Amino acid sequence: MTKSSKGQNKALDLDRVAANGLLSRRHLLSAALGGAGLTMARPVIGQEPGIKLEIPAWSKTPGPGTSPYGSSSAHAQLERQSGFGNPLYPGGGASRSPLQHLQGTITPNSLHFERHHAGIPAIDPAGHKLVIHGLVRQPLMFDYEDLLKYQMVSKIYFLECSGNSGALLYGGNPDGTAQSLHGLVSCAEWTGIPLSVLLEEAGVLPEARWIAAVGADAASMGRSIPLDKAMDDSLLALFQNGEPVRPEQGYPMRLFNPGWEGNTSVKWLTQIKVTRNPLQFRDETSKYTDTLPDRSSLQFTFPMDVKSLITSPSGQMRVTQGGIYRVTGVAWSGAGSIRRVEVSADGGQTWGDALIESQQLDKALVRFSIPWRWDGAPAVLQSRATDSAGNVQPTRDAVIAAKGTINRYHNPCIQSWGVNTAGEVTNVYL
Amino acid sequence: MFTYKRLLKASTLAAYGVAMLVSTAQEQVKLGQTISEASLAEFDLIAEPGGMGFPPGTGTARQGRTIFETRCALCHGSNGEGNSAATVLVGGNMQSTDSPLRTVGSYWPYASTVFDFIRRAMPANAPKSLTDEETYQVAAYVLYLNGLVAEDEIMNAQSLPQVRMPNAEGFIDQSHIQ
Repeated sequence: MTKSSKGQNKALDLDRVAANGLLSRRHLLSAALGGAGLTMARPVIGQEPGIKLEIPAWSKTPGPGTSPYGSSSAHAQLERQSGFGNPLYPGGGASRSPLQHLQGTITPNSLHFERHHAGIPAIDPAGHKLVIHGLVRQPLMFDYEDLLKYQMVSKIYFLECSGNSGALLYGGNPDGTAQSLHGLVSCAEWTGIPLSVLLEEAGVLPEARWIAAVGADAASMGRSIPLDKAMDDSLLALFQNGEPVRPEQGYPMRLFNPGWEGNTSVKWLTQIKVTRNPLQFRDETSKYTDTLPDRSSLQFTFPMDVKSLITSPSGQMRVTQGGIYRVTGVAWSGAGSIRRVEVSADGGQTWGDALIESQQLDKALVRFSIPWRWDGAPAVLQSRATDSAGNVQPTRDAVIAAKGTINRYHNPCIQSWGVNTAGEVTNVYL
Repeated sequence: MFTYKRLLKASTLAAYGVAMLVSTAQEQVKLGQTISEASLAEFDLIAEPGGMGFPPGTGTARQGRTIFETRCALCHGSNGEGNSAATVLVGGNMQSTDSPLRTVGSYWPYASTVFDFIRRAMPANAPKSLTDEETYQVAAYVLYLNGLVAEDEIMNAQSLPQVRMPNAEGFIDQSHIQ
């Protein structure tokens, strides 16, 4: 062992923050800043025999020119993953974001998760109307082109289906990946008109307490939203990451309720009826209600809980011995911003603070990481988020104790990734 | 001669001026076109729990059986038994020892939702293709299959929303948590 690597290992031992190889987040930070490259460097520097760098072929041939709408590299093709739909009802179903292959916090539009109840309607914006009526002074109808003339706001928000991570409640999908288990969450910059502006233009009457939002899809899917939310931070979203909202996300316009279960952010929004009471649509009675062990069911469970997961290494990946891994993942909360993320490599017995790599925005994904040196022994990697309201992400046992296993919605539980002696990473239940 | 104070004042005023311009502009952007509730008669499909929004028409389960066979049974089975957990319409018991089967009869809290959902979203391969009369008939048949109405009981804007659902008291409103 060289003198420098001995010194490095000693420093790493001193900077252990939790058992089983978790190191201080300072190692990642300093490496990123170039201050202490040693920590991330290979053990021996400058002694690889036989390496002779040459100019590669692509540096000797002019490539193709511009393109009207860019695409990803042929070497970096990422895909959403669809579930098994009902062949009699192909428009229903969901697709999931490839969380284990993404970095940062913004989900590319082509990879944002989808959930449709009757397929994607082919909407010509010239024929699309947004109607606001019911308990208002004056019912109004808005054209798409007119809505583009309003002042807009741009906000980065996560969107999560309340059925995300549901398989963990019944202990399913042992071969699951971050994508197949948790891919019903994405994050984008949403640009649009505060819904309050349009509601005020119609003039909400004093007795109003709710709005009913209905989409222009073949299911005319509807949800009831408390007026307080609609007047607070709900958006009529027209743009997603700078371009018009994609058809599968509600083109030409969708409702966006920050921090709330995805289904309430009604896509292809065409009707807002201001009401005194919720209207008891199918997707807020038969579905999206949470049945408890005593067989009562929670209705209108809107905010998404504080949550995180490690996206790398994660299910179906493999780690090798000897190096230092950047364990990384995402965290979010419907109750505010993420204040802290901890990581454990021993199944939750000891925890170390992860580095938050991104901005800590309200109701948006954050990216975290922590260095980890795997020594070849079995390990269980977990992450645990705390939000600005003080909520701490619960264990799976705690979620099941509180809400049972009949329910499949709103599961924020800690994900456990097992690492065996061969370095294979799998979804495990402790 | 410019002083720091003057500069500050000028920039503050400029900022204020911009803000006022923006605020004025926003007040002028009111582009909603006035319409009447009457103009939404064909557009607004919402059938409310209290009976508002139900169209004229009537139907019985006996009338609904035929159309259910031809338009609904492919997915839901002739007797509502379904071809998957997502399409079963009858049976279930919320107090069962196993995880309860949740259907229209065992789970849904409002009869209005049956009519509302059929009218807006069913049949899945041709939504909104049933007439209002047919929608009443099919809704009556689904309620009949669940033992909630008699075969010849007339369902209309008055009677259907009042059909008592067994699990009506089974829900806890969490909408105060926002």
